[in-house]
Amino acid sequence: MSQAQAQAQAHGPAPTAPASLRPADEASPAALQIDNLHAWYGESHVLHGVNLRVNPGETICLLGRNGAGRTTTLRAVMGLTSARTGSIRVFGTEVIGLPPHRVAPLGVGYCPEERGIFASLTTRENFLLPPELPTRFPGISADEIHALFPNLQERANSPGSRLSGGEQQMLAVARIFRTGARLLLLDEISEGLAPVIVQALGRAIIELKKKGYSVLLAEQNFRFSANLADRFYVMERGQIVLEIARAELDKNRAELKALLGV
Amino acid sequence: MTELFGVPVALLLGQLLLGLVNGAFYAMLSLGLAVIFGLMDEVNFAHGAFFMMGAMFTWMGGQYFHLNFWWMLLLAPLLVGLVGMLVERLMLRRLRGMDPIYGLLLTFGLTLLIEGVFRSFYGVAGEPYSPPDLLGGTLDLGFMYLPLYYVFAMLASLLVCLGTWLLIERTKLGAYLRAGTENPSLVQAFGINFPLLVMLTFAFGSALAGLAGVLAAPIIQVSPLMGSNLIIVVFAIVVIGGMGSVMGAIVSGLALGVIEGLAKVFYSPISTTVVFILMAVVLTVRPAGLFGKEK
Repeated sequence: MSQAQAQAQAHGPAPTAPASLRPADEASPAALQIDNLHAWYGESHVLHGVNLRVNPGETICLLGRNGAGRTTTLRAVMGLTSARTGSIRVFGTEVIGLPPHRVAPLGVGYCPEERGIFASLTTRENFLLPPELPTRFPGISADEIHALFPNLQERANSPGSRLSGGEQQMLAVARIFRTGARLLLLDEISEGLAPVIVQALGRAIIELKKKGYSVLLAEQNFRFSANLADRFYVMERGQIVLEIARAELDKNRAELKALLGV
Repeated sequence: MTELFGVPVALLLGQLLLGLVNGAFYAMLSLGLAVIFGLMDEVNFAHGAFFMMGAMFTWMGGQYFHLNFWWMLLLAPLLVGLVGMLVERLMLRRLRGMDPIYGLLLTFGLTLLIEGVFRSFYGVAGEPYSPPDLLGGTLDLGFMYLPLYYVFAMLASLLVCLGTWLLIERTKLGAYLRAGTENPSLVQAFGINFPLLVMLTFAFGSALAGLAGVLAAPIIQVSPLMGSNLIIVVFAIVVIGGMGSVMGAIVSGLALGVIEGLAKVFYSPISTTVVFILMAVVLTVRPAGLFGKEK
């Protein structure tokens, strides 16, 4: 953990250098290392050489406007795009040629943008659906999850289709906390939710950081992640165009505003 | 003799009971189709051929290997399930992501092929197959003599239907299947080997057809065409119950068996078409079927 933080800081001072140019730490590989990633949906070429790195224990936010390629980057890591080239290493293991079901067992939990709550399954069934992974990462216990999101226990027997948007979002993240995943890819989890729910999700991210999870958040604006993320990447037209450490957020605010159009 | 609606009660009860026996077969056959359709969006046209193979294997096991009914009750569904597994792994999987019409055409072609092979060896006359000695007797119900085997076949089918329903609605594996029906790629992203799940589901649905074939062997003539005679009715039942709905397949299978039985009593010319009339009505009123969900 402390080693991870030290590493994160070591990379901090060179914010705009592409991740691929940095020497890879052989002893403890990055939680996620993406080099020159291209991805397609059918004929349309969406990612044009993405480079990014999530160090163990780091919380990273991937910013960008609609259509910049945030969601596609996360989907490409999970193998859910129709084609991809380049390199994606998850805790040191190359996954670019692996089928989607071989990625999660390396310790990856994925929360899709549309939340992916199964309407015909109850809340409990949804919560217990993702199988436990062979990582043995202790992570957050079921009790701690219930303390973070008390609503979920009350709604245990409701079908997924009856949950409110906020409850669905809490369920979508809660179910990947308990599997032993230690790298979480969370797509747009604060979007369109009431402030009280966004706060609960923020507390959950802080809890994840304490427990040593590595987190990659994809967000359209940085209001939710400004106080949570250690580093920010900004995407535009399928590429990373800017990398900022949190300490340098204020310095770069103008450029960020221009890029995000906020 | 007592009468109800101008029909002798004994005749009515008799047809009701036979209708239930038929219905149990319909339920088991449409269940296999529904499970496959639910997960794969694939209409398995070869389902009738798998049913026929179950019955033919049962007859062949006795004829060539002196394996009795009970052995074949175990072996034939396993063999048919294996055939289903190979069909999915080697052929249907290549069509995934393409228009479902290709899968339908493939399985239709397979049906013609499988039936043709069996026809060239065994003709179309059909072979008789006797129920096992243990179930050779009849049950005197007062109003009719019901072969003991019919009771066994009906109970076995109902048990299998119930077991399948429990498997899908109440187990973790069933939760994967239901989740996979809604969002296969997310299920796979959670680390579940979805292609394997699809293959096993197809094998399971095929084995259900094979099992129905074994159970049907002592009741109807075992012949290469027995599947194609039945499968169209079963398709209609699946549509009435709601494509992909497990409960819909079971309930409408049983109900249609009984309705057919009643039709025989009250107006027998309609008994073979009543299923299709009901299908037309259901499609008009509830296009997704009685238990189906609108997409």
